[in-house]
Amino acid sequence: METFWFCVIALLWLGYLFLEGFDFGVGMLLPVLGRDEAERRVLINTIGPVWDGNEVWLLVAAGATFAAFPGWYASLFSSAYLPLTLFLLALIGRGVAFEYRGKVDSARWRRVWDAVIVAGSWVAALGVGLVLSTNVFGLPLDAAGDRVGSPFAAFTLESLLGALAIAGYALVHGAVFLSLKTEGEVRERARALALRTAPFALFPLVVLLLLVQLRFGSVWTYAAAIGVALAAFGAFARLALRREGQAFALMGVAVAGTVVALFGALYPNVLPSTLDPAFTLTVENTASSPYTLTVMTWVAAFGTPAVLIYQGWTYWVFRKRIGTRHIPSVHVP
Amino acid sequence: MVVDAPAPVDVTPVAAGDLGPGPDGTVVPAPGPVAGPSVVAVDVLDLARWQFGITTVYHFLMVPLTIGLSLLVAGMQTAWVRTGDRKYLAMTKFWGKLLLINFAMGVVTGIVQEFQFGMTWSAYSRFVGDVFGAPLAMEGLVAFFVESTFLGLWIFGWDRLPRKAHLACAWAFSLATIASAYFILAANSWMQHPVGVDLVDGRPRLNSIWAVLTNSTVLAAFPHTIFGAFAVAAAFLVGIAAWHLWRRTADEPVWRSSVKLGTWVGVVAFAGLAVSGDLQSKLMFEQQPMKMAAAEALCHTEAPASFSVFAVGDVSRPDCESVKSVTVPALLSFLAHGDFSTEIKGVQDLVPLYQEKYGANYPVDERLGELSGQPIDYVPVLPVTYWGFRLMIGFGALAAGAGVLILWLTRGGRTPRGRWFRWLALGSIATPFLGNSFGWIFTEMGRQPFVVVPNPSGVDGVWMFTARAVSNSTPGEVLTSLVALTLVYGVLAGVEVFLIRRYVRGGVAGVLPDQGAGSGGTGPGGGAGSVAGPGAGAPVGKSDDDVLSFAY
Ligand code: HDD
Ligand code: HEM
Ligand code: HEM
Repeated sequence: METFWFCVIALLWLGYLFLEGFDFGVGMLLPVLGRDEAERRVLINTIGPVWDGNEVWLLVAAGATFAAFPGWYASLFSSAYLPLTLFLLALIGRGVAFEYRGKVDSARWRRVWDAVIVAGSWVAALGVGLVLSTNVFGLPLDAAGDRVGSPFAAFTLESLLGALAIAGYALVHGAVFLSLKTEGEVRERARALALRTAPFALFPLVVLLLLVQLRFGSVWTYAAAIGVALAAFGAFARLALRREGQAFALMGVAVAGTVVALFGALYPNVLPSTLDPAFTLTVENTASSPYTLTVMTWVAAFGTPAVLIYQGWTYWVFRKRIGTRHIPSVHVP
Repeated sequence: MVVDAPAPVDVTPVAAGDLGPGPDGTVVPAPGPVAGPSVVAVDVLDLARWQFGITTVYHFLMVPLTIGLSLLVAGMQTAWVRTGDRKYLAMTKFWGKLLLINFAMGVVTGIVQEFQFGMTWSAYSRFVGDVFGAPLAMEGLVAFFVESTFLGLWIFGWDRLPRKAHLACAWAFSLATIASAYFILAANSWMQHPVGVDLVDGRPRLNSIWAVLTNSTVLAAFPHTIFGAFAVAAAFLVGIAAWHLWRRTADEPVWRSSVKLGTWVGVVAFAGLAVSGDLQSKLMFEQQPMKMAAAEALCHTEAPASFSVFAVGDVSRPDCESVKSVTVPALLSFLAHGDFSTEIKGVQDLVPLYQEKYGANYPVDERLGELSGQPIDYVPVLPVTYWGFRLMIGFGALAAGAGVLILWLTRGGRTPRGRWFRWLALGSIATPFLGNSFGWIFTEMGRQPFVVVPNPSGVDGVWMFTARAVSNSTPGEVLTSLVALTLVYGVLAGVEVFLIRRYVRGGVAGVLPDQGAGSGGTGPGGGAGSVAGPGAGAPVGKSDDDVLSFAY
């Protein structure tokens, strides 16, 4: 049961990284791919209807961790306090910026919010990567699960690498998504950018996975890591052949492999202590009672399929490519 | 919390005068090494409390407006779909836009809440996770996913979806806001009145989720909070629409209907608040007698107890002799117990009871910092609870009164012309927001020093002092986030008010360009009658190069 919930949480992270990954990418690339106002609006509208739903994957991942492994939730969140604060500020900024950017018809107004979107997307993507990799490499926790030492303990070389890895992934993923969702020049530009940047932007991810394997790897996480490399390569090849849909799906496989490799390396721990292995938080010693887990399992059994169905439907409703010719003129008071 | 160690040796004997001896403080073994000098923990506690208070009250400025307004907008859209009257379309679009501006802020401030328990209240999270996490996770899975997904569909789906499906999206997200309120209030009510648990290894273990979800406390708090939300939305409607009438802007029928709708909703909401609030008082009398006494600044036990309407003097002095208070005899007994004779225990008589049950002193534990070994102050901050309670009720009553007054002043097509009317209209908007904020401040501060309040008839040992709940963070960390969040929230408050003002001034023409300013819409009830009203957003143009009806 505990193991099952560990997998559920990994799955929620997968949903989050896959979905919000491209949101982040779109935000990060806003000034690069959107050369004028109409193009920037095209970019934002590719994610307009869905970004909030994507973000809820994170909220549910956090909520599920709280419910299923309270000790994990408490130790990780209180120990990685500063990175999480930054991350929250970035999410606040982005969220408000998407909604408010178009509400006033003034170039200066839009410039400010564009800057918030770009900065927020970068910081948030880096922040997720940092926290996730910190979680895998561990924190200096004492017997009570409290961090010993500096508030900057979460900033290590490894976790900075993790930050770059996830941000790099989001960048490429966002570009692939845009080549799938837009038309005309923006589409071409996004495709070209994805092809050009992929070898560099995905490099930190590969290094991260290698490092994780060297430290904690087992046979099947090796398999996952190799899968990531193959999927990323496949995505590149399909994109070069203009098969954007397939490339996007392969990017999904890549992130799935990443999650399997990271969480697989973690299991059966949930948050290693770098001070003393005896203080490491594990699936066993942080799990909630079997009764709570059973309740949560029932909720998830009904809730999750429903979410997949109606979120899937949303993507179906808004499946069309968007181009500058679809963008209406601005109408605000 | 848990008693599993002998009484401490190094408690400084306290000069607690009237506190009496009471049992000694109890000790929980200090877990692991502790970083930093002992004063530190107190600082962190204060900072964490300020942060929680600020962010939560702020979140709850957006929340009730979102809940109330989204249901009213769904109702307006239903009226439009059923009658085809463009007036209702105009209402849906106008109020819907204001809803969206507010909604964005509710979402981003809510994310902070979800993370905050782990970040600043990690000891609390470990203690209650088995019980408390479940409703939080359910809220996400059942409510937030629906809210966010269907809101996206609603915003962008005006032309993409068949009209009925689009309407269904409006109902889906507005009902989800209600569901989310239920789950979070169930979580909060468990802290006020822990049920459905056993104590295992010093921690509450859930044994019945059903008991948590049907906690008597949440059954009373939920209707109270939802009525409070409608009170907010109602005043918002009335205030803004009355202002438009005063300005004689276009689309008068839209504003008249809005005033009418708002007033009726507001009156029903206030009646509901009074009834549900009365239920809450009765529960509180059983579940948290200290909070009830503090709400009344009732020092000595009285039978029958009189209700204090307002007080002159310093209510914070527990001797109360200096306070002259205007009272209604026996009303408090009625509020608490439904008769006019019941004895209500006063603060001074409750303190020894609490000391006997939960200890007179905090345990000696470095993590408690300055509070370690100190006597526990069981009396909440009296001025806050006393005035919080009265301001909650008072502002709510003002809101309902202003609504009725405005309805009467605008009866039969009249509109007062004086400047005072403008102030009445706009001023009344703030009142239920204030009522809600004071309600929460009263509820939350009235339960101090506990974060999980002991349940008098519940499992022994299931409670937690706020001082114990806080994370082992450094003050610097919490100060950083407190300052950063407060600044960002401050700026965003300015932005939201700026946008709302702008869209309010823009009126219907600002959100429904094709209607043309000054057309005045169709008269009330005089709509086309057929669903296929002229042009009105019918699902046309599915072709590939149609312009999006809505885009950021
Ligand atoms: C009585 C109602 C109520 C109360 C007491 C709270 N909230 Fe709230 N919350 C809502 C009612 C609500 C809502 C009406 O459902 C919101 C407002 C805007 C929105 O999108 O949903 C919301 C939004 C919202 C979101 C964003 C959801 C999204 O992205 O769509 C989160 C994560 C939280 N809340 C979490 C919390 C937490 C952890 C609280 C406890 C301290 C809390 N809320 C108090
Ligand atoms: C949204 C409406 C709410 C408001 C306006 C509100 C208000 C407050 C305030 C003002 C405080 C500070 C009290 C103090 O400093 O003495 C506080 C504390 C707290 N509240 Fe609430 N609260 C709300 C809902 C909740 C909910 C739903 C929960 C839990 C699910 C909760 C849990 C807490 C906790 C853990 C604290 C910290 C301990 C403390 O300082 O008292 N609150 N809240
Ligand atoms: C006639 C009037 C009212 C009575 C008797 C009343 C009673 C109460 C009581 C006893 C509580 C505390 C519950 C607890 O601590 O467990 C409470 C909380 C609260 N009240 Fe009221 N109230 C009234 C009117 C209002 C109005 C007009 C508003 C807002 C416009 C409001 C908003 C709130 C809120 C937001 C809370 C905190 C949430 C909760 O515990 O439900 N109340 N009220």
